[in-house]
Amino acid sequence: MQNNIAVKLQDITKTFGKQVVANKDVTLDIRKGEILSLLGENGSGKTTLMNMLAGIYFPDSGHIFMDTDGEGLKEVSICSPKDAYALGIGMIHQHFKLVDVFTATENVALGLDKSIAFNKKQIAQDIKAICDKYGFKVEADKKVYNMSVSEKQTLEIVKALYRGANILILDEPTAVLTPQETDMLFDVMRNMKADGKSIIIITHKLNEVLEISDRVSILRKGEYVGTVDTADATVSSLTEMMVGQKVTLEIDRKEPKDIKERLVVKNLTCVNKYGVKALDNVSFTAYGGEILGIAGISGSGQKELLEAIAGLQDTVENSSIEYIAPEANTPSQLIGKTALQIKNMGVALSFVPEDRLGMGLVGTMGMSDNMMLRSYRKGFIFTERKGPKSLAQKVKDDLEVVTPSITTPVRKLSGGNVQKVLVGREIAAEPTVLMTAYAVRGLDVNTSYTIYGLLNEQKEKGVAVIYVGEDLDVLLALSDRIMVLCDGKLNGIVDARTTTKEEIGLLMTHLREEENDNG
Amino acid sequence: MANVAVHKREPLVRIAKRDSMPLWQSILIRVLSIVLALVVCGVIIYMLIKVNPLEVYKSMVEGAFGAFKEDYKFFNRRTWITIRDTMMLLCIAVGLAPAFKMRFWNIGAEGQILVGGIATAACMIYLKNLPPVLLFICMIGASLLAGALWSLLPAIFKAKWNTNETLFTLMMNYVAIQLTSFFVALWENPFGSNTVGIINPTGKEGWFPPVFGLDYLMNVIVVMTITVGMFIYLKYSKQGYEISVVGDSENTARYAGINVKKVIIRTMLISGAICGLSGFVAVSGASHTISVNTAGGKGFTAIIVAWLAKFNTFTMILISLLLVFLDKGAIEIASKYDLNDYVASMITGIILFFILGSEFFVNYRMIFRSKEKEVQ
Amino acid sequence: MGNMNTLLQLLQSSIAFGTIIMFGAVGEIITEKAGNLNLGIPGVMYLGAISSLVGVFFYEKNVADPNPFVCAVIAILCAFLAAALGGLLFSFLTITLRANQNVTGLTLTIFGSGVANFFGGLLNGFSGGVGQIRVETTSKVFMAKIPFLSELGVVGKLLFSYGWLVYVAIIIAVLSQWFFNKTRTGLNLRAVGENPATADAAGINVTLYRYLATCIGTGIAGLGGLYYVMDYTKGTWANDGTIENLGWLAVALVIFAIWRPKNAIWGAYLFGLLFWLYLYVPGLDRKTNELFNMLPYVVTIIVLVFTSFRKKRENQPPNALGLAYFREER
Repeated sequence: MQNNIAVKLQDITKTFGKQVVANKDVTLDIRKGEILSLLGENGSGKTTLMNMLAGIYFPDSGHIFMDTDGEGLKEVSICSPKDAYALGIGMIHQHFKLVDVFTATENVALGLDKSIAFNKKQIAQDIKAICDKYGFKVEADKKVYNMSVSEKQTLEIVKALYRGANILILDEPTAVLTPQETDMLFDVMRNMKADGKSIIIITHKLNEVLEISDRVSILRKGEYVGTVDTADATVSSLTEMMVGQKVTLEIDRKEPKDIKERLVVKNLTCVNKYGVKALDNVSFTAYGGEILGIAGISGSGQKELLEAIAGLQDTVENSSIEYIAPEANTPSQLIGKTALQIKNMGVALSFVPEDRLGMGLVGTMGMSDNMMLRSYRKGFIFTERKGPKSLAQKVKDDLEVVTPSITTPVRKLSGGNVQKVLVGREIAAEPTVLMTAYAVRGLDVNTSYTIYGLLNEQKEKGVAVIYVGEDLDVLLALSDRIMVLCDGKLNGIVDARTTTKEEIGLLMTHLREEENDNG
Repeated sequence: MANVAVHKREPLVRIAKRDSMPLWQSILIRVLSIVLALVVCGVIIYMLIKVNPLEVYKSMVEGAFGAFKEDYKFFNRRTWITIRDTMMLLCIAVGLAPAFKMRFWNIGAEGQILVGGIATAACMIYLKNLPPVLLFICMIGASLLAGALWSLLPAIFKAKWNTNETLFTLMMNYVAIQLTSFFVALWENPFGSNTVGIINPTGKEGWFPPVFGLDYLMNVIVVMTITVGMFIYLKYSKQGYEISVVGDSENTARYAGINVKKVIIRTMLISGAICGLSGFVAVSGASHTISVNTAGGKGFTAIIVAWLAKFNTFTMILISLLLVFLDKGAIEIASKYDLNDYVASMITGIILFFILGSEFFVNYRMIFRSKEKEVQ
Repeated sequence: MGNMNTLLQLLQSSIAFGTIIMFGAVGEIITEKAGNLNLGIPGVMYLGAISSLVGVFFYEKNVADPNPFVCAVIAILCAFLAAALGGLLFSFLTITLRANQNVTGLTLTIFGSGVANFFGGLLNGFSGGVGQIRVETTSKVFMAKIPFLSELGVVGKLLFSYGWLVYVAIIIAVLSQWFFNKTRTGLNLRAVGENPATADAAGINVTLYRYLATCIGTGIAGLGGLYYVMDYTKGTWANDGTIENLGWLAVALVIFAIWRPKNAIWGAYLFGLLFWLYLYVPGLDRKTNELFNMLPYVVTIIVLVFTSFRKKRENQPPNALGLAYFREER
């Protein structure tokens, strides 16, 4: 057998429940001393596959072979993370597996069964040695809850290396990092590769794939598509493999007509629970009849912005959000009002939040009861049930929601269907302002296009649509204007028809000069 | 390849959540668990007293529903006592239902019953000269208020500062027990007995009146009204809907414009008030006295009832009946075979362990290592 | 001098009382640190108490000249093992079968008190009536005081005039404090209670840790029951529900000590002081005594409220307390 292969996955299948097939007959090689990108859309089964290497899940069927002693591949069985560590596999999950109230040292020491007594000094020294070797920075005595995201990630990598990991799996490591931090991470990855370690990076960012990896393996809808050398790959060839067919986004975008001021936001500032400004002095206007896209690295204040408008987020003094109803001449102030008060003022505001089951819907209830979430106050003492029931049936038929019945708990539906239920309900409320956060995250292409169509339909009806997105191509093709947030600050509003991806990318990552002077 | 397969070590059994299970199957599992528990109890009792377990089970049934003689009537005194105690347990469990549905662990029912009982007893003692209707209004009002107040404190702290409600309500129980001891000492009768004695034994002021000549029919009427009312409240009312939403996800509730703090406090007030009312039923409708044993652990047992019934108030009737039946049956065995009453707690404990364990088989399925794979 | 004696008596009875709940609280801290909220502590203290009593009762009865050392070993083993068995049952139901912890714990309390009082009643019956059971040799062993030191004036009486289990309790508390902070196993245990998914990913066997922590914790709590029957009530039994009340007080003490064994030491004595104080406060009658006995609970509530105000991360309950862990949750 070839002895440059470190791990071989063969015919791996994993299902959840009866319907969800996360991985189907996946076969994949990982070579020694290479950086392999695992590429795929959201929900293509990348993380599930790697979780089976890390011992979090156990495959339903298939084999894993590893070259543990340099003498060729042997079949291994990874039943637990402990087994994975013993085989030299370390995975850095998207949600960090760190204990908040422990220090860096304590987290590194966790789970190692060496001697009973543990020598904090010794471990701290070892951490320092690893840091010096690869170029990390870790404060040994800092508590995790005081750490930044980047520091936590660094700690996770150090932890894996301390355990002697030779195969490192990084699950979307750059999603939470600034460009500078990403560069630092890539440097470290190159150092580790030079040291002979195999690195698998799960991602869906093509530019990163091309920059860092030696080879790219692509998954689509849980199935293995193929592997190419990065040198031979281009953005378009990878995209094609990833989505199956060449997708130029054919979104039918009409020119906005008859636009009217609907929301006027001035000096909006929010402070998060750690006392940091999550939104800093943001001012803009949203017009009825257009789609306002909002771009930014995740965590730049998008969530706070939408929640502040919806009356779910406390704001700092001087913030102002004025709503101008279609018939009214005088604007009404939304700041300082609760979500219910805003609703009672007659503000027709619909909101599709990011966390669909944790915020937009009640997972344990059926479609019908979920429709009631907006309308249940109508009845006297008792809830009015007929309206929601027929609405649920209508949403089910119109948007082709796949569900056994409108009383089946929505948490049992697939992600796309859950989103259809949520969007269907919010649009049925006949809003004048419609806010969506990551409306197509995790959805298949068809459902995504259904959603784009619905949003455009609303825009043509004169609704002010606010679309928070992460995929720049979609933002460019769907929005009329794009507002870019960077680190809680408004870093520019551009015309989506004339701007370029590069321009937006720059605005997302670099605060403009004049702003920098203040900070 | 064959020789490497030897190293394969798949876990013997894996556990996965079930999507759903037919109703009859889930009922069957639960019934089986109870049968199994009864068998275990039978074996234990046999080891203790060497009596045919079937004989023992017969005694248990007789203990709960009266001795089977020639002129056996189902509604005899024993049956009525069983019904009375079932109603008491049911009333508390129904009171706990809204709190549990909201995922608020109110384990303070014991205390809420006691303060409700104290309030009732106070009315019976100090206001016995009022006209009966007025007296009952006072007793009901006072017990509701006392129970509600007792739950208000943990509710406010939970709503405002997210103080752990399990531990808070637990502590409130013991404050209530001491408070009860205080009032027992205050109302001691006769002096030196360290009990309150039967309150108003002659005039029976503040006692539940017999309905159609039946002493405990009133208890049934009161508790069944609350049970049906609570079922409708949770299932069809706007407030009940809000409770379900808050119980599932506080974020969704906020999103829907529900004032989560208000719902937590309101629901706990209702929960505490009904538990307080159980204290009224216990004092006015059953014991006609007050002591630290007025709640007697029923507040804790009711938690188990409410939990096992998945907040469905009608299922609670069955579970309450089962537990009271066990209690009465075990006490009968104890007196017949010269054991002591605590055998009841022991048997109840065993049966509950089995029922709790059986829930696993309803919610999860086990996947055993299949043989085919090893053949491959 | 009279005042001095009164004060000494108060402190002595506080320490004796505190020892019972210290065992329970330290046991429960170990359990809760692993993420299991075991409300069955009163039940396992009952199991510990009755098992030790039954064990030595039959030994003393069947042996002409009971050996004190054997008595002690039997009592300790019975108490620890019976309580740990209760913990094993709790663990099996909550960890393996994923039953709700609150409900299972309460059931364990019902069961434990039933078993203990049932057999306690039987035992009293054997011995000819309530309160008639005696296990003199054993209780003498447990009540043995340190010679010389215990008679060394006020200081000697205050510090050395107790049965040796009082010092065992302190040693266990100190050891477990050291265990949590200075050993790898302790570190792993805390991680299991804070964030089981993380612990699992770090290769820690979450199930094993929770089983062991719960069984050892309940075993230690069972020693509280042992101390109660053998020393505190001098080897007798009464079906009066005292142990249950003490068990709940131990649960309260866990909160009061904000999950730190070293705080449980002085906290236990403070609870004892608050419990007995009424005897020494002038002008209290029986009614107000009862109000006075609320104090430990009220103080615990205040501590609970206070820690939730402060929101200091280190003082919060273990993050995963009361939650079952299921790796393939999705």
